[in-house]
Amino acid sequence: MKIHLTSVFVDDQTKALHFYTEILGFVKKHDVPVGETDRWLTVVSPDEPGGTELLLEPAGHPAAKTYRDTLVTDGIPLAQFAVDDVKAEYERLSGLGVRFTQEPLEMGPVTTAVFDDTCGNLIQIATQPQ
Amino acid sequence: MADDLFKALADPTRRTILDELAERSGQTLFEICARLSMKHQLGISRQAVSQHLAVLEAAGLLETRREGRYKFHDLNTAPLRQIAERWLATDTSGPEENTP
Repeated sequence: MKIHLTSVFVDDQTKALHFYTEILGFVKKHDVPVGETDRWLTVVSPDEPGGTELLLEPAGHPAAKTYRDTLVTDGIPLAQFAVDDVKAEYERLSGLGVRFTQEPLEMGPVTTAVFDDTCGNLIQIATQPQ
Repeated sequence: MADDLFKALADPTRRTILDELAERSGQTLFEICARLSMKHQLGISRQAVSQHLAVLEAAGLLETRREGRYKFHDLNTAPLRQIAERWLATDTSGPEENTP
């Protein structure tokens, strides 16, 4: 068994696609209309085009709002992405106007930071020991 | 008020939380939990951390603020001055004046 797809709920898929590609730097993999307004919309890392896909899923279900709002209040990220250098990525994203709820934090061998994806979620970036 | 303050300071985990907030103010609950578990190897639930934060807040040592959808925790050292004033205030200029 492999993890080939994971998902985050997003408020607006068009806005999410912009943020996840233009700001974060992922590339669009699939974009298929589903129903009247929704899309099956996934992105992947340019470093791993065949790697795990991230589904930008419409947050239409009423339960999604309570779930996400509560997590955001407590600063809890819904997904984690690996980066080579958390501090460099923090500087780059801050320069693009991205709001961080946790600035880079060194905890032993792991460094993390948490930012708002502007689509209703907090995302953690982490540098893991090699 | 004084009882709340000393009760809040009596617990080592709560003192560690204050240490971490002194290092960086404006932390989310998530960051406080991460620091306790990753930096201090404290196996403590998020609910338990929330309870510690409530005790610190009741003692006036911690303040929370909402910023949009986020909630941040800040250290407030003002109550600690009560301790200084209670026992140390008369002492601060003492040693010099007492010098023969």
